[in-house]
Amino acid sequence: MEGFLHQLLLGLASGSIYGGVALALVMIFKATHHVNFAQGELAMFTTYISWSLIQAGAPYWVAFALTLGGAFLLGSLIQVAIVRRVQHAPVLTVVIVFIGLLIILNSLAGWLFGHTTIDFPSPFPADAWYGSAYFSPHEVGMTVVTLATLALVYAFFRYTRLGLAMRAAALNPASSRLVGIRVDRMLALGWGFASLLGAVAGMMAAPIVFLEPNMMVGILVYAFAAALLGGIENPWGAPIGGFIVGVMENLAGAYVVGTQIKLAVALFIIVAVLVFKPSGLFGRRSVVRV
Amino acid sequence: MKKSRAPAITVAVLLVGGCVAPFAISSFHTFQLTQILIYAIALLGLNLLTGYSGQISLGHGAFYGIGAYAAAILLDHAWLPYWATIPVAGAVCFAVGFGFGLPALRLEGPYLALATFALAIATPQILKHDALEKWTGGVQGILLDKPEPPGLLAGPLDADQWLYFLCLVFVVVSYVIGWNLVRGRTGRALIAIRDQPIAAAAMGIDTALYKSTTFGLSAMYTGVAGALGALLTGFVSPDSFTILVSINFLVGVVVGGMASILGNLFGALFIVIVPNIASDISESAPWAIYGALLILIMILMPRGFAGMVRAVAARRG
Repeated sequence: MEGFLHQLLLGLASGSIYGGVALALVMIFKATHHVNFAQGELAMFTTYISWSLIQAGAPYWVAFALTLGGAFLLGSLIQVAIVRRVQHAPVLTVVIVFIGLLIILNSLAGWLFGHTTIDFPSPFPADAWYGSAYFSPHEVGMTVVTLATLALVYAFFRYTRLGLAMRAAALNPASSRLVGIRVDRMLALGWGFASLLGAVAGMMAAPIVFLEPNMMVGILVYAFAAALLGGIENPWGAPIGGFIVGVMENLAGAYVVGTQIKLAVALFIIVAVLVFKPSGLFGRRSVVRV
Repeated sequence: MKKSRAPAITVAVLLVGGCVAPFAISSFHTFQLTQILIYAIALLGLNLLTGYSGQISLGHGAFYGIGAYAAAILLDHAWLPYWATIPVAGAVCFAVGFGFGLPALRLEGPYLALATFALAIATPQILKHDALEKWTGGVQGILLDKPEPPGLLAGPLDADQWLYFLCLVFVVVSYVIGWNLVRGRTGRALIAIRDQPIAAAAMGIDTALYKSTTFGLSAMYTGVAGALGALLTGFVSPDSFTILVSINFLVGVVVGGMASILGNLFGALFIVIVPNIASDISESAPWAIYGALLILIMILMPRGFAGMVRAVAARRG
């Protein structure tokens, strides 16, 4: 029973990471109907930036804040410099551009920072009071930080003018332009925020999965699955999907099939669910007027 | 509108060039050229599915792998001669593709991408699994002998050239079939399903049957390519069929041009040659160069090579 509880909590902790990246995917999907396959590598790259800052002597939380700023800039810059040039191209062309970005970021990280795995520091001391036998302080801290970020993002989109403008630009670009919203700018901001969310997830995940150029590949797969399981049109679905995927992955790995093929098993369960709920658990079927 | 002769001339030049090439270049380049031909078959398969019937697949590497393993297992146990393994590999992949397509066709867009992605992730892990090790050789994979040219041809051709011509024959046959397929009733039905699924169903097209049959056919092409690929490299192992193969195929199809038959040849050329060019440019970060070239090409030719050719042809009237 204790082992089960431990696996369950571990699943929730990794689920919060998947949920964070999933929400980043959902943000970009809602705005442009593209799945950003480079999201994970963007998160990995920004995590390397924070590691460089820490190496240079910055205290953890200063590096954390600087990295968030850097991630925001990097995300917006990529949107303005590259993605904007193909925004009217066929969907698969954009997908290939994202794959190109993924390859570039992965290769650059290996070239600039090396391929050795790095022990990334955790900001939460190992003997903190909130730790327990089931849940290490880092896992507690990681879950809290990710959930807090998600709450902030929700508040931003729900209660601020800018958030409202961004939602409007995503929902109906033509009408938004008519009421004076600069849609292009909103898209760049959206990319910035998505990249920022990814950076939080990357920095929180790095102490567990270790920092290396391929650290986010597996996480991106689970996040993609989580976003779809929750319904990719629904921002609430992303974190919930993340928790479901995290728990399922951990339990399947611990009790059913072993860690070797748990990824395949988790994916197949998700696909099986999707066959019965083709728009995800919390997605609505979009109705098209003929 | 006057029918242009340009495509016919292109095909003729390609065919003549294709027949002469292996006698003019080194055996390494023949190997590369054979690889291009093999990918051209696989890309044609993916393009039928993605370009013509509009279903995205991130999992065609799995069919390539299944085809390669089907051929390798049959050969390893000496159940069949090498040339007979290729149609069997195609048939196996048709069955798997059709079976996978039936439930998967309920899914659309990113959801279908995830389902096929799952297939691509799962296949190498299943091939590695202990339960199948007796046939698949586990992580070690299977080593194969290179097919020798038969009797009469043994004099003028060496093994590399023989395999090259074998692949060339398969390319010609599969492209003729593909060409006829998309220009007939079936092709019109597929394009109708891609562009107006509701109208297509109203016109009496059995959408479900067409979609899963296309999935099967597409997998069959890719499986045949996989079997030829196994003969070419003389070795199969689970780690040769990772998700990267699937992504590579998708890149080839989009760069070559969606819903284009001849564009696939360009796509195949791109995915074999450009990584080499990239590593000539930069030793330290070749993949960054490759990624940059990929993005550049997509910005310059958003509809792929075939799309660019069409646009130029339309402008010249």
